[in-house]
Amino acid sequence: MSDTIVIAELSKGKMSHTTNELVTAANKLGTSCTVIVPCLDSSVATDASKISGVTKVIAAKSDVFASYDAAAWAEAIDTVAPSGTMITSASAQSKDLAARIAARRSISVVQDVISIDGTTLSTPIYSGKAIQNVSINGDAVISVRANIFPPSDNNGNCEMQVIDTTGNVSTAIKEMVQRASQRLDVSEANIIISGGRGMGTPANFSHLEEIADKLGAAVGASRAAVDTWDEIPHSMQVGQTGKTVNPNLYIAVGISGAIQHLAGMRSSKYIVAINKDADAPIFQHADYGIVATWEEALPVLSSSLSSLLG
Amino acid sequence: MNSLGVNIGETVVNIAVLVKQVPDTNSKIQISGDRVDLSTVKMDISPYDEFAVENALQHKESGGGTVTAITVGSAGADKVLKGVKALGVDNIIRLDCDSYMDSNALQSILAQEISSGGYDVVYCGKSAADTGAGSTGPGLAERLGWGSVSNITDITFDGGLTVTSPSEGGNAIISVTLPAVVSCDKGSTKVRKSNVKGIMMAKKAQVDVKAVAAPVSSVSIVSHMMPPAKPAGKKFEGGESAQTVAQLLRDEANII
Repeated sequence: MSDTIVIAELSKGKMSHTTNELVTAANKLGTSCTVIVPCLDSSVATDASKISGVTKVIAAKSDVFASYDAAAWAEAIDTVAPSGTMITSASAQSKDLAARIAARRSISVVQDVISIDGTTLSTPIYSGKAIQNVSINGDAVISVRANIFPPSDNNGNCEMQVIDTTGNVSTAIKEMVQRASQRLDVSEANIIISGGRGMGTPANFSHLEEIADKLGAAVGASRAAVDTWDEIPHSMQVGQTGKTVNPNLYIAVGISGAIQHLAGMRSSKYIVAINKDADAPIFQHADYGIVATWEEALPVLSSSLSSLLG
Repeated sequence: MNSLGVNIGETVVNIAVLVKQVPDTNSKIQISGDRVDLSTVKMDISPYDEFAVENALQHKESGGGTVTAITVGSAGADKVLKGVKALGVDNIIRLDCDSYMDSNALQSILAQEISSGGYDVVYCGKSAADTGAGSTGPGLAERLGWGSVSNITDITFDGGLTVTSPSEGGNAIISVTLPAVVSCDKGSTKVRKSNVKGIMMAKKAQVDVKAVAAPVSSVSIVSHMMPPAKPAGKKFEGGESAQTVAQLLRDEANII
């Protein structure tokens, strides 16, 4: 098997834990693993040199990494990366980058990989309603889902090289608009609490927000809720035509479990369902089901969490 | 204006929009043997492609131009092309292909078609509802040497393009120089519906079917399977049981 190259995942300028997971995936595919760290300041790359299973770290230093421009990032990374099979995270931005780098190298890209067995890769299709197993012949670019592969530990120590690089920027950011709320987006969160049409009114989502704040969770919604109420934006929608998520904990409140919604959240590690209809399909996927109205269950959940979390 | 009364100063934009036929997102997916069986499944345009078509049509309406919808597939996919023709797309093209293509093969034939068609901008959905990959837009742009913006939720036409795209912790307002590939999310865009006149016209419209020569795919499908079934969970009656569940989340699941 050829060399593997991991593109480090950074979050707010810091090394993300996801990078450790990507190294685990890389070690399943090849014997040596080079980690490329796209950065403005190479100091962040030293974190990657401590990850076990990494052979070499290349800090790709460039002004283009100040903000995301697909073309410029792909060019800058391609310039410093050796050939081989490349692994990125499956965040929206990294999937975009993976596709660009693959195209630049005239090789294929396989997105959202959830298992690696030799050269056979598994990816969810139809938003997880089925799994597709593919085999790759030669080099490819592979994006790997978070929370699937165990993270490699930080007991390593390998050489690090800093390379200045550049790319041609083709888009210009005029303005950054920060989200008004401090709450996480569903695509970034490890815990999500979602509401459906069973919440009755969009104002009742405040009860979900109260619990979200206790858990550091994001608030999501079903398509029915987004379609029914203008106050619930599409950015909150979890499902096949919204966001596909796989957090550690997903709490579905007043969501019956339409196939569309299940497709987007069924791979969550733990699922809690609160619904007054004991026959709602969501219960078939729930680790813990509560047959009750949200008015009965949420206040109890809220106070129980308060005492548990202190 | 020139002697023929044509305003030559006006930019006429040559717009392409990529559309794909996929199983209706409300449909159940079944496996027969070791392959997905779509024989009884209703097929439809991929949901995000509807926003790509709407943005393409609005782009044309903002300053003139033509909109060409392109799909890759067999004759069954003509239905999707007729559907967007009824919405006001000018030309419909199908790159004739009946077998699986990996991203490299697919993007290669699309890049050839976009290059030879002399397009200024390509719209596509942020991902197709079957693979969910979202590779085609950015990959195509790279092959063409174009810029790209992905997952846009809003767009304004002001000579160039200004789009809104999600970014860490918020949104980025980005000005895009053409040529470019724009991949579209749902956002605030409302899509138009076809009327009877449009549907009648679309029925008579000819699909421009083109043969393609795709490079060999290096990715091949081994098998399909259903996701592993989850063991049955615990179910409780009444709101008071939320306390038990909270305790289980701590003691059994170890996640809070």
